[in-house]
Amino acid sequence: MSLKGAAYIVGAFEHPTRKATDKSVALLHAECAKGALADAGLTKDDVDGYFCAGDAPGLGPLSMVDYMNLKVRHVDSNDVGGSSYQVAVAHAMESINAGRCNIALITLSGRPRSEGQATGTAPRAGNPAQPDMQFEYPYGPTVVNQYAMCAARHMYEYGTTAEQLAWIKVAASHHAQHNPHALLRDVVTVEDVLKSPMVATPLHRLDCCVITDGGGALIVAKPEIAKSLKRPLVKVIGVGESPKGQLGGDVDLTYTGARHSGPPAWEMSGIKPTDIKYASIYDSFTITVLMQLEDLGFCEKGQGGKFVADGNLISGVGKLPFNTDGGGLCSNHPANRGGITKIIEAVRQLRGEAHPAVQVKNCDLAIAHGTGGSLGTRHCGSTVILERE
Amino acid sequence: MAYVQRKVPFIGAPDTNPETKPFWDGCAAGKLLVPKCGDCGKSHWYPRGLCPHCFSDKLEWVTATGKGKIYSVSVMQRAEVPYAMAYVTLAEGPTMMTNIVDCELSTLKIGQEVTLKFVPSEGGPPMPMFTPA
Repeated sequence: MSLKGAAYIVGAFEHPTRKATDKSVALLHAECAKGALADAGLTKDDVDGYFCAGDAPGLGPLSMVDYMNLKVRHVDSNDVGGSSYQVAVAHAMESINAGRCNIALITLSGRPRSEGQATGTAPRAGNPAQPDMQFEYPYGPTVVNQYAMCAARHMYEYGTTAEQLAWIKVAASHHAQHNPHALLRDVVTVEDVLKSPMVATPLHRLDCCVITDGGGALIVAKPEIAKSLKRPLVKVIGVGESPKGQLGGDVDLTYTGARHSGPPAWEMSGIKPTDIKYASIYDSFTITVLMQLEDLGFCEKGQGGKFVADGNLISGVGKLPFNTDGGGLCSNHPANRGGITKIIEAVRQLRGEAHPAVQVKNCDLAIAHGTGGSLGTRHCGSTVILERE
Repeated sequence: MAYVQRKVPFIGAPDTNPETKPFWDGCAAGKLLVPKCGDCGKSHWYPRGLCPHCFSDKLEWVTATGKGKIYSVSVMQRAEVPYAMAYVTLAEGPTMMTNIVDCELSTLKIGQEVTLKFVPSEGGPPMPMFTPA
């Protein structure tokens, strides 16, 4: 039986902070939970399922269920980096459908900015037991140069240009100017992006997302409960997830996990890319957006550059308004994981609660897609399609 | 700009479990060993004790010719010593993460032919890297 419509997103909250020197990660998680519950019109004691990922401190669900003193009968902790929260929505829907919980809380928080983390440019040592470590880490792979290798290959195969990538940042900045919480609110031009310092060829500083503290939370509930609440109804109508790695050495950097997470989500939803009114697309880097748009079917493979150029992603200007909160490129990338903020802005759009300057008219169908891990090595694509009922 | 070899930050001695010890012993002897499956016939990367294509454990180590082509490359400029991160497709089939060294970094191109060169690392065996052919 299809899971379509088996759950609704009834609460969504994005922490307004972008630098939280005076708060612990656990407190940020709890503040996000409180915010999402208030948004839904529910209380802590209504929550009977808790979902988190690798950003949760300690033994994730154990530490956070204890810290918040939740009384839950179902826990789930997946970790596929920044795409974990789309996966959590899908798994919450499955759990609700199976009767394992009725009201699921999902939280994310972190403070890489306060901690001075060089998220993108410092090679990050993993656990030595990680099987790829000894064959990769000594070479100095960083988040940026791994994504940059994807961009370089995409340019080589399809003729994608730095100017086309820059348009993605330009669109995000047009949206961020209206978001009082965005870290970067200045509108930038293609020239500004190309003139910004090169970090790892071909990606410039302005091709990269921000480093911020903060977090977010979602409440996913079964249909009967959603309909008893006073908030606009946001139904989950399609989900998909697909990890992708180096394929045993058959490395292909030209596509993302979205190639395989998209089709089951589209099939479940019964809609197609041209039906989508608003798209939240994970924007760790400009190249991430371009490749996911292709893989989700918004344009043909290799045509992403043409698709994003000339403001096509700017709300009110182009055909596919994207990341109207300013996204990770300008607003927020809490805990170095942007999946949850993608879903939160999609919920705002579907409720008609986005900033008036970027609100999409009659926004009834939206997608929120995440990419976690590193596109250049191992990552997961996860897709959530939502409908305003 | 003259090429500068940056320090290779090897994280202590490599994991010398039975799965990878022959590989690192090969590097120490100046040979790049690539695992090849005796059942499906495919080579793979990074080296594992079980073929990631067919799950066979009948793996053998083949000494690579050291010839390859750049699959993708990015010059890491925001670093004390800029360096070239790359994926190189070996003549034996698989594509491996590596660095391209001893060259003018700005001239590197996807599709360019490269040859194997071992570079010493601190606290570990030499690392297989590549230089323009």
